[in-house]
Amino acid sequence: MSETAKGKVGIEVSLAVSEAVKQCDTDVISAYPITPQTHIVEHLAELVANGELDAEFIPVESEHSAMSVCAGSSAAGARTFTATASQGLALMAEIVYCVSAMRLPMVMVVANRSLNSPLSIWNDHGDVMMVRDSGWVQIFVENGQEAYDHVFWCFRVGEDAKVLHPVMLNMDGFIVTHVVEPIEFWSEDMVRKFLPPFKPVHRLDPEKPATFGAFGPPEIFTEAKMAQEHALMASMPVIEKAWDELFELCGRRYQPVESYRFEDAKILFVTMGSIGETARVAIDEMRETGEQIGLVSLRLWRPFPFARFKDAVRNAEVLVVIDRAIVFGGVGGPVAAELRSALYSEKKRPKVVNFIAGLAGRDVQPDDFWQMLERAKNRVAEGREDEFEIYGVRG
Amino acid sequence: MIEIRFHGRGGQGAVTTGELLAKAAVSEGKWAQAFPAFGPERRGAPVLAFCRVSDERIRHRFQIKEPDIAVVLDPSLLEVLDPTKGLKPEGVLVVNTTLSAKELKKQHKFSCKVATVDASKIAHEILRLNITNTAMLGGLIKVSGLVRMESLDAPFKDRFGKIAENNLRACHRAYEEIKLEE
Amino acid sequence: MVKPADQWKWQELEPGFVVLAPGSAADYKTGDWKSEHPVWNESICIKCGLCHIYCPDIAVFQKSTGYFAGDYDYCKGCGICSQECPTGAISMVEGKE
Repeated sequence: MSETAKGKVGIEVSLAVSEAVKQCDTDVISAYPITPQTHIVEHLAELVANGELDAEFIPVESEHSAMSVCAGSSAAGARTFTATASQGLALMAEIVYCVSAMRLPMVMVVANRSLNSPLSIWNDHGDVMMVRDSGWVQIFVENGQEAYDHVFWCFRVGEDAKVLHPVMLNMDGFIVTHVVEPIEFWSEDMVRKFLPPFKPVHRLDPEKPATFGAFGPPEIFTEAKMAQEHALMASMPVIEKAWDELFELCGRRYQPVESYRFEDAKILFVTMGSIGETARVAIDEMRETGEQIGLVSLRLWRPFPFARFKDAVRNAEVLVVIDRAIVFGGVGGPVAAELRSALYSEKKRPKVVNFIAGLAGRDVQPDDFWQMLERAKNRVAEGREDEFEIYGVRG
Repeated sequence: MIEIRFHGRGGQGAVTTGELLAKAAVSEGKWAQAFPAFGPERRGAPVLAFCRVSDERIRHRFQIKEPDIAVVLDPSLLEVLDPTKGLKPEGVLVVNTTLSAKELKKQHKFSCKVATVDASKIAHEILRLNITNTAMLGGLIKVSGLVRMESLDAPFKDRFGKIAENNLRACHRAYEEIKLEE
Repeated sequence: MVKPADQWKWQELEPGFVVLAPGSAADYKTGDWKSEHPVWNESICIKCGLCHIYCPDIAVFQKSTGYFAGDYDYCKGCGICSQECPTGAISMVEGKE
């Protein structure tokens, strides 16, 4: 089962992501630098400056302006890209919600990082959870190859006439963005086959005046939101089709819900993002000792893949959900809350144990998975699986 | 899989060492991964960087706690930390030092294999700077045999441009001069 | 004329709630609620055009004779034209027109 690294290039993942944006012949990039996204936008600025990418690079004074520029750019029919993290995402939040309601396709990489306070430049999912309800298509990648491949996928899906949505590409800050690892690049031919030019349904056009971002009084706002929810859910077939097309193109299979050694697993770890890779290392160790353990890793976060998820956990007795963010006020982890809700009406459903780990980039080792497994088993035995636990907190 | 931990001071290129090694390894068809331990960086502060090289796909997304090889770019670090912490029993410590392995082991009570090279002298003579990373990379490769020296040419050229040639010379010289003692 | 907001079904909305035909005052007689209206005395009017310039509603127009008159579909009877007329040629009279 040895996968080869031959033909791949050793490159920092951030730079590979920028190269993918270039290969997509992106028209407009507007972004404000923020750790740990900086290498992406710095490299894009270089590519535009040296002529390798024919695009408008619009430096702005804040992330709020960056997303505003992107809104205008997409409305004008330009292929648009931006990137941010943490406080930057928070600062642009009001426009983030507008852009999805206005059905403006664009791709935004979020180099996942904690939200202040305290001030943290390190990875967790606090930032993206803040815009969980924004109506964007949202996915998570676990490593460099996935990050690179999904730039193309995000444009393909977002700009599709049956989707027309902005797409958020989440990758763990530092852990994925700043690592040098092997990446297999796409050829020009592959890009051409996979990604057609952007043809918007409505475009800012002086010849055909229209109102973008109109006023919505009580009589019509509900209908507008119904239309928006319907549209986001309707993107699912295109999402799956685009992954099928990607598989045909390069042989890498991606799914809304990834499973690892799950068929006979009594206990499943559930993760999102790069922690899933470490989980697989731990699961292989556990399997050696006879534990029936597997992994479910969520790739598609919004729209939520209910059917696929329920199918993946149908045989499990316990789900050990590892959240990399906390929802204050007794809720615990946002992913665990989501999964419990998804499973509520199932006649047969697994117990859900919730750990919050890896906040602000705290290292999560295979050893920690062993510990969480032990603690999960104890909780289930004592009937205390409903309380969430912040794993590894001192005190 | 071989796991390497680099100990340096901010500004000495510890992070770059791992990256160059990773890029060279990937060009040979191997899997590799290089990343630093992130923190508020400042010149002179102790810095940790990591590199993994393997024939199998690497799924490890966490810091290296039990390295096969620990590399010390700056001898003054030996006064403030123990680079052999977590080092595997058969592991090797590669140190930039004017001392011999025997003297080092006596002074710091190291019980592992130790390889020594005066990288500072090499860097001073060839680069006229006390940046020892490229020299230490040469020493590391001699001790570990992880990549072919020729595989460094392209990553060095890409990274160092005009000064690639001098850095390669420093690298090759340390490759020749490093001494390993059991 | 655009359908009123409360008559749209959600399926009829454009993607992104883009509005292709905005509401327009041109579709309605917005002046039909005024309580008084301006009347021009053409023997005093010097055709200076200030009433047209000052009208906040573009509801004063120039006739082919060069004298000015009110468009009572849109004039709301605010009285600014009467106030600004330099010769006192405009009187505000009770009633819509």
